[in-house]
Amino acid sequence: MAAAQVVDISLPNLPQGWAGEKDFKIVGALSSATKRTVEPVGPHFLAHARRSRHNRTFSEDERLQAQNNVKKTETEEDDDISEDEDPMMLAREAKDWKGQDHYAVLGLKKYRWRATPEQIKRAHRKKVLRHHPDKKAAQGKSDENDSFFKCIQKATDLLLDPTRRRQFDSVDENADVEAPTKKLTGSKFYKAWNPVFVAEGRFSNKQPVPTLGDENSTQEHVETFYNFWYNFDSWRTFEYLDEDVPDDGESRDQKRHVEKKNANARRKRKTEDTVRLRELVDECLASDERIKKFRQQARAGKDAKRLAKEEEIRRLKEEKEKAKAAEEQRKKDAEEAAKADREKAKKAKEAAKNASKKNKRILKGSVKDVNYFAAGEPTAADIDGVLTDVDLIMGKIDVDELAALAEKLTIAGTDSAAVKTAWSGEAQRLVDAGKLKAGEAKVFV
Amino acid sequence: MGDAANSAPAEAERFAIGISFGNSCSSIARISPEGKAEVIANEEGDRQIPSILSYIEGEEYHGTQAKAQLVRNSGNTVAYFRDFIGKEFKSIDPTPCHQSAHPQQKDSTVAFTIRDTESETPNTVTVSEITTRHLQRLRRSASDYLGKDVNAAVVTIPTDFTDAQREALVGSAKAAGIDVLQLIHEPVAAVMAYDARPEATVTDKLVVVADFGGTRSDVAVVACRGGMYTILATAHDYELGGASLDQIVIDHFAKEFMKKHKTDPRENARGLAKLKLECEATRKALSLSSNAQLSIESLVDGVDYGSTINRTRFELLAGKVFSQFTGLIQQVVKKAELDVLDIDEVIFSGGVSHTPKLATLTSNIFPEKTKILAPAASVTAVNPSELSARGAAFQASLIQEFEHEDIEQSIHPMVTVAPHLTKAIGVEFTSQTDSTFQPLLGAETALPARRIAQYFAPKEGGDVLVRVCEGARDIKVTKPEPKAKEPAQDEDDSDFDSEDEEEEEIREIVWKTENPVAELAVKGVKAGSKIEVMVHVNADLGLQIAVREVGAQNAVRGAVNGSA
Repeated sequence: MAAAQVVDISLPNLPQGWAGEKDFKIVGALSSATKRTVEPVGPHFLAHARRSRHNRTFSEDERLQAQNNVKKTETEEDDDISEDEDPMMLAREAKDWKGQDHYAVLGLKKYRWRATPEQIKRAHRKKVLRHHPDKKAAQGKSDENDSFFKCIQKATDLLLDPTRRRQFDSVDENADVEAPTKKLTGSKFYKAWNPVFVAEGRFSNKQPVPTLGDENSTQEHVETFYNFWYNFDSWRTFEYLDEDVPDDGESRDQKRHVEKKNANARRKRKTEDTVRLRELVDECLASDERIKKFRQQARAGKDAKRLAKEEEIRRLKEEKEKAKAAEEQRKKDAEEAAKADREKAKKAKEAAKNASKKNKRILKGSVKDVNYFAAGEPTAADIDGVLTDVDLIMGKIDVDELAALAEKLTIAGTDSAAVKTAWSGEAQRLVDAGKLKAGEAKVFV
Repeated sequence: MGDAANSAPAEAERFAIGISFGNSCSSIARISPEGKAEVIANEEGDRQIPSILSYIEGEEYHGTQAKAQLVRNSGNTVAYFRDFIGKEFKSIDPTPCHQSAHPQQKDSTVAFTIRDTESETPNTVTVSEITTRHLQRLRRSASDYLGKDVNAAVVTIPTDFTDAQREALVGSAKAAGIDVLQLIHEPVAAVMAYDARPEATVTDKLVVVADFGGTRSDVAVVACRGGMYTILATAHDYELGGASLDQIVIDHFAKEFMKKHKTDPRENARGLAKLKLECEATRKALSLSSNAQLSIESLVDGVDYGSTINRTRFELLAGKVFSQFTGLIQQVVKKAELDVLDIDEVIFSGGVSHTPKLATLTSNIFPEKTKILAPAASVTAVNPSELSARGAAFQASLIQEFEHEDIEQSIHPMVTVAPHLTKAIGVEFTSQTDSTFQPLLGAETALPARRIAQYFAPKEGGDVLVRVCEGARDIKVTKPEPKAKEPAQDEDDSDFDSEDEEEEEIREIVWKTENPVAELAVKGVKAGSKIEVMVHVNADLGLQIAVREVGAQNAVRGAVNGSA
């Protein structure tokens, strides 16, 4: 937006008599704005968001952004500090380029296989600026020895070709990390083994390569790690170590022989490498404490589960037995109670029977005691009439009323009138209650 | 959002792509290391991946393979489910799913009953689960293509998506292992796809984005002001789309078939499905060539059917539907309270936009200066089907490094809701005879904003007046003389459908000064030099103006206080 648009119109001349303070005059104000939602997309919106969130003005924001950009390029320039150059290396002949350490030649020992093509290009530029034959000539060193410059060119050519770079990386021993020879425990184990696998991981077709982790890694992580390494898919090749194939047309047989030998050697080395890696992983696995830990955990978990199960079974059984015993006890108690009740009821019944028998006797006796209400010797008809009534009343009254009547009659004793009153009262009561018809009792009225 | 310095990536290996998730088709895109947007093809080589999932004996089919299942296995094929996400069953329109698994109600959300496992009993799968599976497949395709684990994305959505729908979509994506960095609107993604091209420059323009999809059409007016986008109006038609055009082709061929065989292939469910699938392909072929073939094996009762249709015939038959499409465009321009003359660009997006007739009909509505960006009208047009995905990929590349909190803060209404100018601000050029107005900041510019422009000084030099004003646009309608056939006339000719009409109106935009705001004087300008005017409008409508002669050190500055 900082770029200015050029409009092809010429501005008017200042009219005569125009005056303003510092050549500026306010004539009006803007009309009100409407609020709308800006779509939060695009680089210009991001700039807008940055400005409004940090309360910056256009120029402030531009300045800060420019500063940030500058910082970035500076750090980029700084990152590959040129490494010291070994005088032995400087004296190398270009013709035995196969033996040279290409990364060392370019000063990228620190990065090796991690170096990006961008870094390689920059390193090459730097080295060329320093070792170019013309430069040497200008400095007055006219030894005509441009062999190191050729080494630089060779190294750059090789490293910028992805295929050839891989071939070299495959046999770059300086990038290998030696596996620890003795058994390590604790954090030392992870510290020693982690770089080994990071270095080996550079050959993997599958990226990213899982890390070894540390003692707190999950079982899943550890399993993924070892599965990955036991199924390692490597691009490592050994073509770099090939014997040179004679290029002259004469000895075709010789050429074929060498080619065959090379192919065999490659295959052999590849097999050896696979075996080596496998042994390496085996070794690491054997001394990995986490595996033991997981196994123990699994066993502990299994044991705990088993114990819990047994405990549960035992508990269930106990509960069942307890419930059974309680049930039996309850049944027994209930039976006993029922028996006692029965006996009690029987006794009460007998007692009641006895009482009513006794009362009936009193009733019958009462009329007999008063001589059947006759003045002298009672006639058979008298006796019969009274007894009929007594039986009638006795048949109509229940046990309690019987007892009450018996009591009354006992009080009355042998007083004929009192006995008669008691009987008549009872008969009258029965008539009132509707149990006896009026006139049914002949004597007691 | 955030400075480059403090925006360390949240996770070390976040890798984001752009996903355009459509009702009928989805696409995935990323920004290549060279900075170009690249739409990714899936395993079958499709860049437009049908949003369809199909299940046969527990095996999942996706994309084109699933689409083929619409004929034989329609009950276990789920299609057109995007619009059901996060909606209640009551509020959905199940018409597009007529020939696939039918949506059903489940706890107020939408679900499908399909046999997606090997067992015979069907399962009820919610629409969010279906979405998760679909996005998972897209993610896998992208990961396979790029060789990196794709775990984040910017996803495009229509402008009428509710918060519930957004939430449901983000949730489904999360379940599919995709961290949705942002949801962006489809029309804006389309505009951005054009603006993100390396050759594009930032200009102020008003754009109509016409998104004609498979089952629905959405049109929006977007104001682009200094690279910022504001949607001014939208219009939706949920029944108009590629399916409406397909129906015309279907009816045409069905009638032709009936003439020969006396049976209606549309009455047979499988026949209709076959016809639909093939007619869609035929219709698409008609966008590229003037003739297209159709051949279906065993359409009805074992009868094979083959025929051709040419483009003119199709365009005649589909005239009514085409006018619906163009009507939608006109409607949205009106809704935005604009005139067709105001529109600088028309961007065609969505699969149906390949149709050439649509582009020609649309260009008839707009004046000649309006750019029609459709494959039939412009050679530089980007494939309309890929626009949303490209825009999303571009946005993804911009915010990939940002932390979530950072993104959330930046899309918060506090930041996105901004005052917009109601009237254009510009410079008035008054000479003795007439005064003209040259807009510098257009209406609907989000504030704060800044613009710089250079104007020529008078030829003889001297003192110069710069008058900053508010201007208004007027449409001048002049009726030319009946016989005036000057070449000047067709300059601004807006030739509406009636070509043979004698009296054609000339409609043109005229700027008028409405409200002068400030005057500045630059003294002693050299002859033939230029004057640079910088106008900076604050959010509170305060105005800062600086005017200087190009090359000079000292500038005339002034500020007008804001009203608010």
